[in-house]
Amino acid sequence: MAKISLTVNGKAVSAEVEGRTLLVELLREKLGLTGTHIGCDTSQCGACVVHVNGDSVKSCTMLAVQAEGAEITTIEGLAAADGTLHPMQAMFREHHALQCGFCTPGMVMSAIDIVRKHPEGLSEAQIREELEGNLCRCTGYHNIVKAIAAAFPLMHQKQAA
Amino acid sequence: MAFEGIGASVKRREDGRFLAGRGHYVDDMNRPGQLYAVIRRSDRPHARLRGIDTAAAMAAPGVVAVYTGADIAADGLGGIPCGWQIHNKDGSPMAEPMHPVLAIGKVRHVGDPIAVVIAETKAQAKDAAELLAIDFEDLPGVADLRAAAAGGAPLVHDDVAGNVCYDWHIGDKDAVDAAFARAKHVAKLDLVNNRLIPNAMEPRAALGECDVAGNYTLSTTSQNPHVIRLLMGAFVLHIPEHKLRVIAPDVGGGFGSKIYHYAEEAIVTWAAGKLRRPVKWTAERSESFMSDAHGRDHVSHAEMAVDESGRFLALRVSTLANMGAYLSTFAPSVPTYLYATLLAGVYKTPAIYAEVKAIFTNTVPVDAYRGAGRPEAAFLLERLVDAVAHDTGIDRIALRRANFIPADAYPYQTPVALQYDSGNHEVTLAEALKTADYAGFPARRAEAARRGKLRGIGISTYLEACGIAPSQVAGALGARAGLYEVANIRVHPTGSVTVFTGTHSHGQGHETTMAQLVADQLGLPLDQIEIVHGDTGQIPFGMGTYGSRSLAVGGSAMVKAMDKIIAKGKRIAAHLMEAAVEDIEFKDGAFRVAGTDKSKALAEISLAAYIPHNYPIEELEPGLEETAFYDPKNFTYPGGCHVCEVEIDPETGVTKVVNFVAVDDVGRVINPMIVEGQVQGGVAQGIGQALLEGAAYDANGQLLSGSFMDYTMPRADNLPNITVGTEITLCTHNPLGSKGCGEVGAIGSPPAVINAVVDALKEYGVRHLDMPATAEKIWSIIQANRPKMAAE
Repeated sequence: MAKISLTVNGKAVSAEVEGRTLLVELLREKLGLTGTHIGCDTSQCGACVVHVNGDSVKSCTMLAVQAEGAEITTIEGLAAADGTLHPMQAMFREHHALQCGFCTPGMVMSAIDIVRKHPEGLSEAQIREELEGNLCRCTGYHNIVKAIAAAFPLMHQKQAA
Repeated sequence: MAFEGIGASVKRREDGRFLAGRGHYVDDMNRPGQLYAVIRRSDRPHARLRGIDTAAAMAAPGVVAVYTGADIAADGLGGIPCGWQIHNKDGSPMAEPMHPVLAIGKVRHVGDPIAVVIAETKAQAKDAAELLAIDFEDLPGVADLRAAAAGGAPLVHDDVAGNVCYDWHIGDKDAVDAAFARAKHVAKLDLVNNRLIPNAMEPRAALGECDVAGNYTLSTTSQNPHVIRLLMGAFVLHIPEHKLRVIAPDVGGGFGSKIYHYAEEAIVTWAAGKLRRPVKWTAERSESFMSDAHGRDHVSHAEMAVDESGRFLALRVSTLANMGAYLSTFAPSVPTYLYATLLAGVYKTPAIYAEVKAIFTNTVPVDAYRGAGRPEAAFLLERLVDAVAHDTGIDRIALRRANFIPADAYPYQTPVALQYDSGNHEVTLAEALKTADYAGFPARRAEAARRGKLRGIGISTYLEACGIAPSQVAGALGARAGLYEVANIRVHPTGSVTVFTGTHSHGQGHETTMAQLVADQLGLPLDQIEIVHGDTGQIPFGMGTYGSRSLAVGGSAMVKAMDKIIAKGKRIAAHLMEAAVEDIEFKDGAFRVAGTDKSKALAEISLAAYIPHNYPIEELEPGLEETAFYDPKNFTYPGGCHVCEVEIDPETGVTKVVNFVAVDDVGRVINPMIVEGQVQGGVAQGIGQALLEGAAYDANGQLLSGSFMDYTMPRADNLPNITVGTEITLCTHNPLGSKGCGEVGAIGSPPAVINAVVDALKEYGVRHLDMPATAEKIWSIIQANRPKMAAE
């Protein structure tokens, strides 16, 4: 067992973990942050995407011990303290970009990273290509693509302000 | 207040928790003292179990128990039951071999559960499961339908001759034979309906608990918790309903795969009782691939007899349907009453005969997957119609129009049992062709050709039967259950309402749609209405969600319960306002004395009902709560037209869907936004089936497509934008007029896609190709036919 310390959603946390414990297991089992989901065992589905030091990462591809000292943001850490949704969350709701909700946390975390990394703008085709690492079985992606396109100006406006 | 009733695209109420990461799925649940179960599964398609040595696993750190089939048998548990019995042509019942909870004597498919290890942590249970020493004697296996049905194939069950589960038929064979004898043309087609793996994004999970008084609770990823309680309690564990509560909380997609009662549900519930500690099992994705019921897997031969003017005279179909190694809950119904009864489609074909042989193989059980039988029927028929057009030279649109059941012929009795209540195929066809700019296609094809691309367009005009189902009809066809739905509506003392529904939402947005329905009928704002689903401890009864039934059947039950609320409210209002009951009207949430300005809000009536000081207590019970069981009079029949346009790169064989239009007649729409989403999702699964997805086994039964690295799930860049229209004719026999929208997308789309691909490849002599139309398959066709084209 190893003791690790990291920051999750702005709070300092520490935990005892086995060497083989995955970051997603730490988040779900030890920290009770069950918003991050496990949808596969081959790092294909993207349901477990979180932000590690500002980058989107499939948290099933990272050992918990590798997160020592890292700043992690999960779906639970996106909304403001008063409950105001992040623009990406708001646009997912507005455009009906979720059905069963299971892929949604990973999809939202990936979508935010996609928009952040393309301040120059994103075409529909680019959004679809960037979503390669996230599977959704319910929506056919149509409305997810719409939601991301709609969140783009809101996110970059906010950063500019 | 914004309009929130029937017809409003209200944003979903469930989204708040899902977007905040506060969804509540089974694997999110953890109980004090909880143990973890890991299943050791067969990695062999077919083998005799000579022995299982559990000693090393039992001695491993953290292990609390190891159970095998012998322990299950010793406790007298039953097998996993099948809920539908089909009869053979000769009237004898189908073969129904024992489906043990854990394998006894033999394993029959990769993924067949052999033993369960229960430990303090999941990691400990996984480690120990590796230590189980299993002595297998490998047996020859068979996965392919035609191979399994051929004489001399290995027997999946020693006592099922020829691997035949049943040999069934429907229709008038003599009339069909006579029509074929006088036909001008006969178009023939051999088709494969590819096997699919459902892959809801949430893997299955189950958490069993048992309290000191012997009350059991199972939390499970289910589309129908009451059905699980009935099947597991009565047939497997022998626990009566009042001692067993089944909860299906947020469930991450189902598509049929979470309808069935699975062994793991029984295992964790039984083990929790034996160990008196909560036991949780969660599937890994690789387990989902080898243990969730698969879908489709038909091989068919179809023939259409046509007269000189292109009128369909008769249809003859022969189908082999794969059941897998055991019968899943509703498996026998899928290739029979959900398939062959749909072979009339939207056409007035006067004579139809279909025979279906269901075959056991050494593969995962096959059961209903989004559409269930109806996509197989639509694919066969819509491909066959295009083949008739190809063979006779008649335009495929004109051919369809000439054979449509005309709108004024409804209600329409088909030659294969069903009576359609309503539809208008001309209107959906015309709308779809217009939206897709069908007329402009030749120009687009020419433009694509200039870029070196092959462009094709395809249509399907389909119909399906859902809103499952009238109980007595289903019973006569072999169902071992009723298929009504239940609603309990509780008006609280201060006028807010809780609705308990026996349907279950796992992505469909019932908490929004059903609240809109109640808001509309009772004249309440949405925030005064709560929808409760997925808990046998709270909801009187229910048959769950599948077969696009939740609104048509479950919503109709709500309407009936609200009718009772309003009728009782009128009597209370009449008493309070000293008027005759006949003079009371209910509108916009208030009871009014007709022709006066006297009125009482629903909240005033409910308060009087719960505090019955001034109340007709001699005639009426206090309280304002009503339950309704609604048994539908008929199936509902959504239908429509899908148009698909594809572009194929001849250098790579890659097909790109460049435009997809779905115009579906789903009856009355409560929330257009949600209906569009349902259709888009269904079409995505249909495009997946047509172009990308296919479960692959080797000849012996080894699963080759056992992960997302091997099985192609549709991704965002595989799919187009999907334009959806809903043309409405109302269902004539339920109080809402709704037909259902959950499956139409997956039913109508695969033939439209393949018809488009065939159209794109027509210059290469292609008349048909089987799904999935992968790049490799298309590239090979192009390569094989290139020299011939050059020679010509």
